[in-house]
Amino acid sequence: MATAHSRTAARLMLSPAVILLLLWMIVPLGMTLYFSFLRYNLLMPGMETFVGFENYYYFVNQPAFWSALSNTLILVLGVLCITVVGGILLALLLDQPFWGQGIVRVLVIAPFFVMPTVSALVWKNMFMNPVNGMFAHMAKSLGLQPFDFLSHAPLASIILIVAWQWLPFATLILLTALQSLDREQQEAAEMDGAGWLPRFVYLTVPHLTRSITVVILIQTIFLLSVFAEILVTTNGGPGTASTNLTYLVYAQSLLNYDVGGGSAGGIIAVILANIVAIFLMRMIGKNLEA
Amino acid sequence: MARKASNTRKAVVTIAAWSIGFLIFFPILWIIILGFKSEGDAIKTPLQVLFSSWTLDSYYDVQARSNYARHFWNSVILSVGSTVLALAIAIPAAWSMAFVPGKRTKDLLMWMLSTKMMPAVGVLVPMYLLFRDFGLLDSRIGLVGVLTLINLPIVVWMLYTYFKEIPGEILEAARMDGASLKSEILYVLTPMAVPGIASTMLLNIILAWNEAFWTLQLTTSQAAPLTQFIASYSSPEGLFYAKLSAASTMAIAPILILGWFSQKQLVRGLTFGAVK
Repeated sequence: MATAHSRTAARLMLSPAVILLLLWMIVPLGMTLYFSFLRYNLLMPGMETFVGFENYYYFVNQPAFWSALSNTLILVLGVLCITVVGGILLALLLDQPFWGQGIVRVLVIAPFFVMPTVSALVWKNMFMNPVNGMFAHMAKSLGLQPFDFLSHAPLASIILIVAWQWLPFATLILLTALQSLDREQQEAAEMDGAGWLPRFVYLTVPHLTRSITVVILIQTIFLLSVFAEILVTTNGGPGTASTNLTYLVYAQSLLNYDVGGGSAGGIIAVILANIVAIFLMRMIGKNLEA
Repeated sequence: MARKASNTRKAVVTIAAWSIGFLIFFPILWIIILGFKSEGDAIKTPLQVLFSSWTLDSYYDVQARSNYARHFWNSVILSVGSTVLALAIAIPAAWSMAFVPGKRTKDLLMWMLSTKMMPAVGVLVPMYLLFRDFGLLDSRIGLVGVLTLINLPIVVWMLYTYFKEIPGEILEAARMDGASLKSEILYVLTPMAVPGIASTMLLNIILAWNEAFWTLQLTTSQAAPLTQFIASYSSPEGLFYAKLSAASTMAIAPILILGWFSQKQLVRGLTFGAVK
């Protein structure tokens, strides 16, 4: 049905998006790759020399790298555990009939719309602050010593903050999936005498598996690059206790002006994210066929 | 069958759901409350805070001391500007992929999406240097460009899934009646596509408003949107609870309201159509 004329027009309409994204992908990433092979410090402009894989060697062999890598993984896994388990439970609860469903849904989703710097600062100051925070007030009223969350458990505190932001996302998607569950099938199973547990295990869980996978993969993409929450709460500290890979690259390139080393770190972050992305793309691609 | 039992059950679920909903929403509720308190009252114990007097002072102070309106306006320009730009680029692209699909359309879509998976930090250094060399640091125009590019894949993707749902027969009928490509798009397609475009726009504005990597890296003061402005409260000297709360409330209110309208689109947009 498409004529040659409309086909040419279609290509023309497609090209701005394709060209822009192609440039966006190739130019900066190519530059990062190029910088990663240079000794390049912003404080010494014009002194760039080609050093091969030296930047990678030094980036990987600094103690901060391994703690950043493990912090990145702990952060991703910690948030995933909380949000996926919490999200499933919450979605199952909200899927039940109750009074005021619409309002509760809105309350639960709200944290997702709060900008990262606001949620991080609110938790840091109003809740986790050891002097004026609400947790400190609660501890004092119980006769306990207030706990300084962000200096003594920085990573766990950040996990809590980020999990609060992402729990709504997991809940919303799993709830949407639950609501597309085939009610008739459920009722048929109930008629045939299947109890609550078998119905859950054999009907609900298989139906949810796909959405859970999607939640995990998409969150992982975003969680690998958590940045604002760390910047405004701990600045990656104390020491490197809450530095993730994204923050380490930022610190090395823009705080220490080591463009070469920072670029090498950036390339490592890209590779890490791509491993996850490959799985995600496969999932989405499968869906596109259907 | 068991009307009574199910009513009891409904009551239990209601209590549980409301408690959890309240708990999750509580931090937001708390900043809204603190924003209407004086600086001295805001750091007292929760009960004292609740029963202290209410005031609008913090809202005045935030504007008077730091020109809040400028940062708010920056956020509006950045999010709306980048969204309009992204739509202008994405609508033709999504149209052509949905209605004149070629052999490689699917690969092309997947590739576009894959650009979204690239972690921002991977291109932080060159972007920073390019912005510095072109004098774009702390400028709105540069940031609009970056926000457009990072959200373009999602916009194309969402529009594509919406356009796909428009039956092709209608277009064929229009063509039979001798409609030109231009009038086909203008009078047949556009009215049907408006809801999809509107919800794509809504979601993209939300994402751009809350974007907190590039806005933090590439702005300092002049072009700083609310994400960066709020971040300036992270220094210990900036420990003003009431003002931080008032500023935060104003920063999240518009998006909370937009967000409530776009719950469904949110799922679709953020899962790239994998969950509907």
